[in-house]
Amino acid sequence: MSSTATAHHEHPENATLFVANDSRAHWHDQSLWFVRSKRDKAAATLPEWEELRVRASQIKQHTMSRLADHLEEFERNATKLGAVVHWARTPAEHNEIVLSIIQKHAGKKIVKSKSMLTEECHLNPYLERHGIEVTDTDLGEWIVQLLGQPPSHIVMPAIHIKREEIGELFHKHIGTDKGATDPPYLVNAARGELRRKFLEADIGITGVNFAIAGTGGFVVCTNEGNADLGVSLPKIHIACMGIEKLIPRAADLGVFLRLLARSATGQPITTYSSHFHGPREGGELHIILVDDGRSDILGSPEFRRSLNCIRCGACMNTCPVYRRSGGHSYETTVPGPIGSILAPSRDAKTHKSLPFACSLCGSCSDVCPVKIDLHTQLLTWRREIAVRGLLPWSKRFSMKLGRVVLGNTWLFTTAGRVGRWVFPLLPRFLVYNRLNPWGKQRELPPMPKQSFRELYRQRKRP
Amino acid sequence: MPRVGLFVPCYVDQLYPQVAMATLELLERYGCEVEFPPAQTCCGQPMANTGCTDDAKPLAEKFLSIFKDYEYVVCPSGSCTAMVTHHYEELLHGNADYEALRKKTFELCEFLVDVLKIEKVEGSFPYKVGLHNSCHGLRELRLGSGSERMVPAFNKAGQLLSGLEGIELVSLKRPDECCGFGGTFAVAEEAVSCMMGLDRIHDHEQAGAEVMTAGDMSCLMHMYGLIHRQKKPIQVMHVAEILAGRQPS
Ligand code: SF4
Repeated sequence: MSSTATAHHEHPENATLFVANDSRAHWHDQSLWFVRSKRDKAAATLPEWEELRVRASQIKQHTMSRLADHLEEFERNATKLGAVVHWARTPAEHNEIVLSIIQKHAGKKIVKSKSMLTEECHLNPYLERHGIEVTDTDLGEWIVQLLGQPPSHIVMPAIHIKREEIGELFHKHIGTDKGATDPPYLVNAARGELRRKFLEADIGITGVNFAIAGTGGFVVCTNEGNADLGVSLPKIHIACMGIEKLIPRAADLGVFLRLLARSATGQPITTYSSHFHGPREGGELHIILVDDGRSDILGSPEFRRSLNCIRCGACMNTCPVYRRSGGHSYETTVPGPIGSILAPSRDAKTHKSLPFACSLCGSCSDVCPVKIDLHTQLLTWRREIAVRGLLPWSKRFSMKLGRVVLGNTWLFTTAGRVGRWVFPLLPRFLVYNRLNPWGKQRELPPMPKQSFRELYRQRKRP
Repeated sequence: MPRVGLFVPCYVDQLYPQVAMATLELLERYGCEVEFPPAQTCCGQPMANTGCTDDAKPLAEKFLSIFKDYEYVVCPSGSCTAMVTHHYEELLHGNADYEALRKKTFELCEFLVDVLKIEKVEGSFPYKVGLHNSCHGLRELRLGSGSERMVPAFNKAGQLLSGLEGIELVSLKRPDECCGFGGTFAVAEEAVSCMMGLDRIHDHEQAGAEVMTAGDMSCLMHMYGLIHRQKKPIQVMHVAEILAGRQPS
């Protein structure tokens, strides 16, 4: 969610607004489908693609099965390399740790490369409240920061913004020519501005893509090199990671790096895969390990596998609902299929509409590079929501009624016969009205005179 | 002679009797002894997909008692078949009869290709046809390879259809995107559901399809609703109807 708390809306409400702008919704759908198609082409170049997915999934499942041990191993090795490791149970603890490090060094200006974890913890508004300037240095993230919006996608945070709007925004904030939409021109202008921020910064914050238990090092993947710049100029580097980012050995890294960029954008590998092993000379490296509900998910057998996620965004790009409702419609830091599993784990009541924002097509489970059974978990969440009594009354009631009618052959056949007989006789306004969402844009099927069972009975008795 | 229990989805029984009839004729044509047990109603998928497991369970038990003694159970719907073969596990686990049922329940095209080993269906259908790959058939039953997975390409319905004389299967820009039906999703997320359906129809139209076909009538019911509201010329027919020799109206 954005830094300013706004009223919560259910997904269908937000989606309806997004779809209402037909040309924009189609533009959004096509932009993301283009990324999905690039992913298909990239994946097809590796004959061992499906084997890699199996391997990645196994490594992650193994890691999760002994996460505590691996985390301690990581802490030991990272400390040996000279890093300081911090543990945070909650976003609040995480933010306090970051602030205390900044204050210890009397820092004022921070540059931050892309990190969904710090979004999850709402770090920016927290630091701003304490008088600290934070600049997101990933171009997409900087764009949404200037707009005062949260990212709408975890890999392409500004995928919902059109080029013309970026031109307009840059004109307002950094004085580019009015009406300019030429990407190289705009990117150059942004680069100039961001370079200044890098030079002025006291401290650099990064996320972490993979932390390696066996070495105590970690890897950050970017396409813009902004993570490297952000921690090469300032002397202090703070790396923030969820505890699920761990892999056991350096040898496992290849499996994930090959899958990550191909799944995310269709590139063979991200432009920069930056390895950090301890602080630079004369500098400090802090690593903050954040739980924020992850150990609860680890404790639930049905949802444990959602912690395998390497945040490639492929499930968003392929999701027919995400593409047509936009990332903001989910009102969560991580949107799309994986977000619709993670969000209710934190707060089922607020996010109860998300597991239903899904046609159960299963495409997400098949693109996921770490083979998370996403659509099955979404289905499991629906059951969980029903069990907790969070289903709306109308759904609950119609399913109870369905159970009675469909459970009884006579009731079922009679209801069918009456329906088929009555519907065609009704005047249109009684069938097609506000109470019938089916009929808003769709006709009902033609009502045949006889059901199959009636025809079958007659056929058998010639 | 394989003894087949014909499993007809509840809405097909009531709204699309011609699809069930085509299925019956097709199975008989290939030498099956087919019986439609009249006690059947619904497999319980609407409840299960809404999260109401308790309401789905009695329907699963009823289904099992009706179908457990057949040699095979065949259904003209990938979605309803997947409910039985993939999702009853949760409702009936540990039940030995269910274990047996799961192994002998098949979607129609799957049964024709994998069990009856039909290589070519006789008949002609001189039209341009767009094959819509319904999701549960594709991604749960694996009736086709699916564009997400890097495996050798195959498609059971496509393979059967392409044997018909005169048929031309058109190629789509998005070969297996969801149509947006999704059961209660069609109503709960009406806006997105209809946009998805219209996008699918448009893809088939631009490819020149005269007839859209699918293994699931529910997808086609949704798209028929959109097509007819907009008075588009494209027609919808279930795969079973085309294979059984029916022609567009
Ligand atoms: S769930 Fe899978 S596909 Fe989705 S972002 Fe995570 S790793 Fe990628």
